[in-house]
Amino acid sequence: MIIFRYDKTFEGLLTVVFDAYVRKTFPEMLLNLHEVEPLFAEEIHVVITDEKNAGRVWKALEKKISRSACNMITHVWLSEIEKVDLLIFRFICKVFKHEESIETNFADPDVLEMQQIAKKVSFEKHRLIQFVRFQKAADNIFFAPVAPVFNSLPLAIHHFIDRFADQKWVIYDTKRKYGYYYDLKKAVEMTLDTEDSFPYGQLDENLMAEDEKLFQELWKSYFKALTIKERINLKLHRQHMPRRYWKYITEKR
Amino acid sequence: MKENILQKLKILAESAKFDVSCASSGTTRKNIPGGIGSASGWGICHSFTEDGRCVSLLKIMLTNHCIYDCAYCINRRSNDLSRATFSVQELVELTIEFYRRNYIEGLFLSSGVVRNPDYTMERMVKVVKDLRVVHRYNGYIHMKTIPGASESLIQDAGLYADRLSVNIEIPTETNLKMLAPEKDHQSVYKPMAYIQQGVLQSHEERRKFRSAPRFAPAGQSTQMIIGATDESDKQILNTSSILYTKPSMKRVYYSGFIPVNSYDNRLPAVKQAPLVRENRLYQADWLMRFYQFKVNEIVDDAYPNLDLEIDPKLAWALRHPEFFPVDINKADYSLLLRVPGLGVKSAKLIVASRRFGKITSGALKKMGVVMKKAQYFITCHELGYHYTIHEASPEYIRKVLTEKKIKKQKVPRNQLLFNFSDE
Repeated sequence: MIIFRYDKTFEGLLTVVFDAYVRKTFPEMLLNLHEVEPLFAEEIHVVITDEKNAGRVWKALEKKISRSACNMITHVWLSEIEKVDLLIFRFICKVFKHEESIETNFADPDVLEMQQIAKKVSFEKHRLIQFVRFQKAADNIFFAPVAPVFNSLPLAIHHFIDRFADQKWVIYDTKRKYGYYYDLKKAVEMTLDTEDSFPYGQLDENLMAEDEKLFQELWKSYFKALTIKERINLKLHRQHMPRRYWKYITEKR
Repeated sequence: MKENILQKLKILAESAKFDVSCASSGTTRKNIPGGIGSASGWGICHSFTEDGRCVSLLKIMLTNHCIYDCAYCINRRSNDLSRATFSVQELVELTIEFYRRNYIEGLFLSSGVVRNPDYTMERMVKVVKDLRVVHRYNGYIHMKTIPGASESLIQDAGLYADRLSVNIEIPTETNLKMLAPEKDHQSVYKPMAYIQQGVLQSHEERRKFRSAPRFAPAGQSTQMIIGATDESDKQILNTSSILYTKPSMKRVYYSGFIPVNSYDNRLPAVKQAPLVRENRLYQADWLMRFYQFKVNEIVDDAYPNLDLEIDPKLAWALRHPEFFPVDINKADYSLLLRVPGLGVKSAKLIVASRRFGKITSGALKKMGVVMKKAQYFITCHELGYHYTIHEASPEYIRKVLTEKKIKKQKVPRNQLLFNFSDE
């Protein structure tokens, strides 16, 4: 079995593709730098991430396949699913192998899987756009904790920049411990040292803006009043708004 | 003051909730510098109530006072319920604050009729104008048009709102007259025509000047109550299909009748809203809008009502075995759309993929085709292990597809069953 080791970054993965074509050996397994290899490894190559080479691979991809197919690759990468890197590797190799673009050949299992994972990641991005709930803090910054299944926050961020352009906000991924802070001009990546200020997803009351409690109350009672009791359908309710999001959704807390 | 708003919000949300429309799609608008909000083309649902309906817009009434006495409406004049009215300022602030917290995608403004249609309409226009002009708000706005409002007010409304709607409520005029003697269809179709005219005019002007103002860019919609009167599905769907011939008409909503005024003996006594029928009507509606079906293919004189057991597409397919089997690897897109179990998405995937080679049934399954239904209506090159509709007969397929559903509900799959006889 041919094994490549790399640093598990996206650039690293593109360098893997580059090295594979240079060496003309194609890995069947991709490992982290320190992972233990299986017993029957016949060849192990350690890939040293090289931005230049990675850039060349990406450029070649952009020439070969459409913009949306390139986006598909980044989406799949952000899914952070185990062994998805090997899938991406196989997909890229297939793209280079064929004369014409194979991006719409959904009868190919790899292409279909790529498309399906990308769809899931993009759906998670949509879920973020739907279910982010800002809480106004005393310093007029709107704060929202989130915990998406996939790392979809970077994909959703430009939506929030456009929509909430005249207010300062923070969206923080509590699962991956990073977030974005928007200061009325641009959004910058940030990390918090502690999560004490929002136990159980709710901003500490001392930090809340004066009218924040009121609007949460208003929203909750509005949400309750809107339900038509003759048509209760909890299964459908959970299907649209799965339980795992409830922690950070004001009206379901 | 705060208590006051909370109370009003509850009362007016209760009054507005029976309007089913909640779409926030159809317009794309970028934020303007210094403004708040955007609209994103697809529409975003921000929450879902426990009845499973989406909450996209702040669906609210300006007031639930009303001069009319329509039998199907909860806010009718003769009902004894708490009444409230928002001031323009209150409603604007509420919308903006909810919007800033990402609770909502925009505002759905409706109102009971006070004094006369024009007076009511004027106050509603003031709310949306304040939002757009004073607060530089770019989110979505859906505004109800009051039947009987004058043309100039509708013109104003169209400049600020994304979508306008006038509800037909009862599909035929005779029945409308029976339940709401003060209303007629004329007062509904007139504002519809004004909106249509405004949309077309604005299209024309924008072709000449790109900066010409947009008029209700997301078009208009309407709603019909299902099951309050004795119309057949054929009558309802015919009305819809006529409405859809207008290019500005984007959606017709069907609202299963909920007996809000059960004391009124002009209304049928029903225990539960006709949810299945409502669902079938929406399916038929989708067939007309996205699957290139004509209304008389779905319902006709022989079958004036939709089959509640099976979906309208399957029902059509069973009535027309001569169209099948369809060859997945060769058939036109429009023919693929006619196959039960195949949706718009999978049809597009098939058309995109078959240029690269033959598609197998395994690939179909992975693409998301519902093979349980589709298998009787298709052939793909290696498929030979099952019956097509001609060998299996429509009656048999119908039996198989409806029977399984009932079985599944009764017996939990992962449980052993013991039969103890009564002896």
